[in-house]
Amino acid sequence: MARIVVISGGLGSPSSTRVLSDDVVARLRESLAMEGQDLNVTVAELRELAHPIVDAMLTGFPTGELAGVVDAVAQADALVVVSPTFSASMSGLFKSFFDILEPDTIKGKPVLMAATGGTERHSLMLEFAMRPLFSYLGALPVRTAIFAATSDFGGPGAGSLGRRVAAGADELARAIVGSTKQVEQDDFVDFATLLNR
Amino acid sequence: MQFGIFTIGDVTTDPTTGHTPSENERIKATVEIAMKAEEVGLDVFATGEHHNPPFIAPANPPILMAYLAAKTKNILLSTATTLITTNDPVRIAEDYAYAQHLAEGRLDLMMGRGNTGPVYPWFGRDIRDGISLAVENYALLHALWREEVVNFEGKHRTPLHGFTSTPRPLDGVAPFVWHGSIRSPEIAEQAAYYGDGFFHNNIFWPSSHTRRMVDLYRKRYEHYGHGKYDQAIVGLGGQVFMAKNSQDAVKQFRPYFDNAPVYGGGPSLEDFTRETPLTVGSPQQVIERVLGFRDYVGDYQRQLFLMDHAGLPLKTVLEQLDMLGEEVVPVLRKEFAALKPAHVPDAPTHASLVEAAGGPKQHEEPTAPQVDKWTGTRAEDDNKLG
Repeated sequence: MARIVVISGGLGSPSSTRVLSDDVVARLRESLAMEGQDLNVTVAELRELAHPIVDAMLTGFPTGELAGVVDAVAQADALVVVSPTFSASMSGLFKSFFDILEPDTIKGKPVLMAATGGTERHSLMLEFAMRPLFSYLGALPVRTAIFAATSDFGGPGAGSLGRRVAAGADELARAIVGSTKQVEQDDFVDFATLLNR
Repeated sequence: MQFGIFTIGDVTTDPTTGHTPSENERIKATVEIAMKAEEVGLDVFATGEHHNPPFIAPANPPILMAYLAAKTKNILLSTATTLITTNDPVRIAEDYAYAQHLAEGRLDLMMGRGNTGPVYPWFGRDIRDGISLAVENYALLHALWREEVVNFEGKHRTPLHGFTSTPRPLDGVAPFVWHGSIRSPEIAEQAAYYGDGFFHNNIFWPSSHTRRMVDLYRKRYEHYGHGKYDQAIVGLGGQVFMAKNSQDAVKQFRPYFDNAPVYGGGPSLEDFTRETPLTVGSPQQVIERVLGFRDYVGDYQRQLFLMDHAGLPLKTVLEQLDMLGEEVVPVLRKEFAALKPAHVPDAPTHASLVEAAGGPKQHEEPTAPQVDKWTGTRAEDDNKLG
């Protein structure tokens, strides 16, 4: 059983960001099934967590439902993260969610990055804005990042979007299957060591 | 069990009147609050240490503690906290020992690192060395109070050779030390190693942090052979605002909460009281909540409350202390005492520490006249020691 958490940063309802994440999850489920693995998915819509995310930035700890999502992220085998493109980057709310995580929360976790945007001219946002974030956080973003512009939904780009979704989801499935299970690390240091540092 | 209050001496505008007290007003109010704490029968008054506005907590707490020692008779004076990172441990040893003499032993202290980054360089330090400074500085302080002549070499200060910290602690017994930390396991480990007390401020954060840290401290306290898991010395903070009935308490406190520098603009009062140990309500609600602390830390020895903050006027703070001393603490004392098994110790005091040491250390008259081997030496001299 692979546990993944989808972080969906869309603001509208229904949102194209959510549509994209559902496409990715559907393909991922198929890919993992081929490997004989079930998929357990938790979807977190950041819109519903917007106020608690700001509260967490001000107080230093997540509360209520947000605390549950943060725990799920920490326990997950992999993440699918999807943001709308705002002002040539990921949305501020999306970034804020990752800002409130404790250091090392997603270290070593495979991540599939995806984004939606009004025009395909923004597509490299995933590479110059989002990939560095996940590299910094110590996650393992897979090679393919999926950008979906308005024209990709039912427009002329629909076919190629399908191929990108398939490529990204397959890469994530392989990363999940190939990754060694995380062992809970205890970084406790005893006093004699502390004193001699 | 000891009950008391702790203050960080914030100078905050009262959001209901727009009045901002002067530093002088706030300093005098702090003294009045401490005296009120004694009057209503509390056991401990602890002051913070601060080096930046808008705070008037003393830069060197023994200044306030020595003054209060003269103005009070029974209340134990402590700190919340003494900065073990940015202070020279030599000065901590000297100043607190002096205050301990003046207070006739009614003094202990709590070590903290300080989480305000800019303060560190004001004292030639770097916040990234926080843990390392806390560990090394306290090791030196611990030695200075226990060994007559100290030789020391460390990373963070110049070496000491043949140094004697004066005055020697009262009756030859060092003040009891607590170590405070919200979530650094290294500090719980440090407290356990020395068999010192561990204090969790238990405010502004969910109780899960408190539970984890106290559990670690208790386990390690037993590991180092100071006693059983449930015999470790634990202190907790807490934050309450009371009125006869809970609706009035919420109504009166809300403007202070909404504008407080710590949580203002963040979660609602309701969210914050649910998620953290902050309690706003009737004295009965406060009693129930505080008794509940025991469920996640076990039997503990000291409970301090933060009462004067967020711009609450002095008059309100004094009324709160009346309620705390008259309606809340007597009930808590009785209830906690009834729950506590006999093998769980009380918090150490000067008297109990002296007793444990086999009585006060006798003053030994020196056989030869005391000589000053330091004064008068110049850099140009050889500075031959001994």
